[in-house]
Amino acid sequence: MIAIHNVNKWFDEFQVLKDCSTKVDKGEVVVICGPSGSGKSTLIKCVNGLEPFQEGTITVNGVSVGDKQTNLPELRSHIGMVFQNFELFPHMTVLENIGLGQTKVLGREPSEAEARSMKLLERVGLTDQASKHPAQLSGGQQQRVAIARALAMDPIAMLFDEPTSALDPEMINEVLDVMVELAQEGMTMIVVTHEMGFARKVADRVVFMDEGQIVEDDTTDAFFGTPRSDRAQSFLSKILQH
Amino acid sequence: MFEQFDFHVIINAMPILWDGMLITLLLAVVAIVGGIVIGTVLALMRLSRFTPFSLVAGSYVNFFRSMPLILVIFWFYFLVPMATGQALGGLSSVLIAFTLFEAAYYCEIIRAGIQSVTRNQINAGLAVGLSYPQTMRYIVLPQAFRNMVPVFLTQAIVLFQDTSLVYVVGLKDFLTAADLVAVRDNRVVELFITAAVVYLAICLAGSLWVKKLQRKYAL
Ligand SMILES: Nc1ncnc2c1ncn2[C@@H]1O[C@H](COP(=O)(O)OP(=O)(O)O)[C@@H](O)[C@H]1O
Ligand SMILES: [Mg+2]
Repeated sequence: MIAIHNVNKWFDEFQVLKDCSTKVDKGEVVVICGPSGSGKSTLIKCVNGLEPFQEGTITVNGVSVGDKQTNLPELRSHIGMVFQNFELFPHMTVLENIGLGQTKVLGREPSEAEARSMKLLERVGLTDQASKHPAQLSGGQQQRVAIARALAMDPIAMLFDEPTSALDPEMINEVLDVMVELAQEGMTMIVVTHEMGFARKVADRVVFMDEGQIVEDDTTDAFFGTPRSDRAQSFLSKILQH
Repeated sequence: MFEQFDFHVIINAMPILWDGMLITLLLAVVAIVGGIVIGTVLALMRLSRFTPFSLVAGSYVNFFRSMPLILVIFWFYFLVPMATGQALGGLSSVLIAFTLFEAAYYCEIIRAGIQSVTRNQINAGLAVGLSYPQTMRYIVLPQAFRNMVPVFLTQAIVLFQDTSLVYVVGLKDFLTAADLVAVRDNRVVELFITAAVVYLAICLAGSLWVKKLQRKYAL
């Protein structure tokens, strides 16, 4: 469903992605991990066209992201994205956050959108927070609202960029639980995370990046069994110590 | 000097002062509203990646910010009629001059406000499928304006006080009216104290109103 093919990207002189290729099939969950600054965020932002790339191709459901003819807003409306720092809209209530894309992009009636939003809030366990503003919620609650906001668009795939790394430890699980459930329902997901427990539990494959390169791209079992590269090994031993 | 403070002087001067206040308010409201509208367009142009837009807006801002307001008023009052052969009249001249002048300052305030909204917020808007203009409208501008409210207030107060410049084209704003009566009736104490009290009251009311707005919309 998502195919990344020989992608190269530069920020001015600095090459942030080097010949990256991988693919994600429908219903597959792929975890991307790697040291900070290795290009993980940049790579998934290329998938929904938030970052342009100079070489290579990325297709989502057959649509080429880098093609100038591609209607990016239309494409993005089918791909949910969840950010490290939640990025809820602070001037809107929870309900308005979840409703905005539904009404302005999908053209749903406000009443229909609200009904859908409430359903999603129920799913992430936050019905009683509907009329609050994001600043009144805990980090874990905000991230669950952000997931609901993305799901409201009925996405064909979801991108997560370190969804739990800005959270206090006691809130990490409430977010991971929602993600595990999504994965088990068959959602296609790319998840940048260092939560190896999550990876073991639901990931079909693990991609390891370092310095802009995809160094390892393996089934989850193989990755945790014996990572082939030294870099992945030393990375794993560092984060598994915690 | 205060024991002779005569309230009758003020009561008698009310109609003139009120007429002056109407000019002051008209000018302030038109210049603030017009300045914000044009300033928003200029700010979006200035931030645009389309170079001709940003160049035009940038030159506009730099130009008006180097000019004293009084000179801008003079142009519209004296020079534009010479160029077009048609006099604008005092009121139209100052309304246009103030609005165009304020727009340059509002542009910079709004630009800073827009830039205070993070790239990630824009990405979050784009990621749900909003177009760039929609992201501006629903995500960036509301937050930008909210961040700008205190600066807007300061700018409005300065503008409110600057309206007294209209005396140069023969208009009587509130302060000019007070000055006229003070000299005419030889009642400087009464009139100037009254003027100060009125300015103070209006600015205070403005500040309180903005505080209330901020409480209502603050998060
Ligand atoms: N907008 C940008 N301009 C220039 N360099 C950037 C930009 N965004 C990211 N980078 C650089 O690209 C590299 C990869 O960043 P990122 O994709 O955020 O890494 P990761 O998510 O793996 O931590 C980093 O060295 C970062 O400093
Ligand atoms: Mg990152």
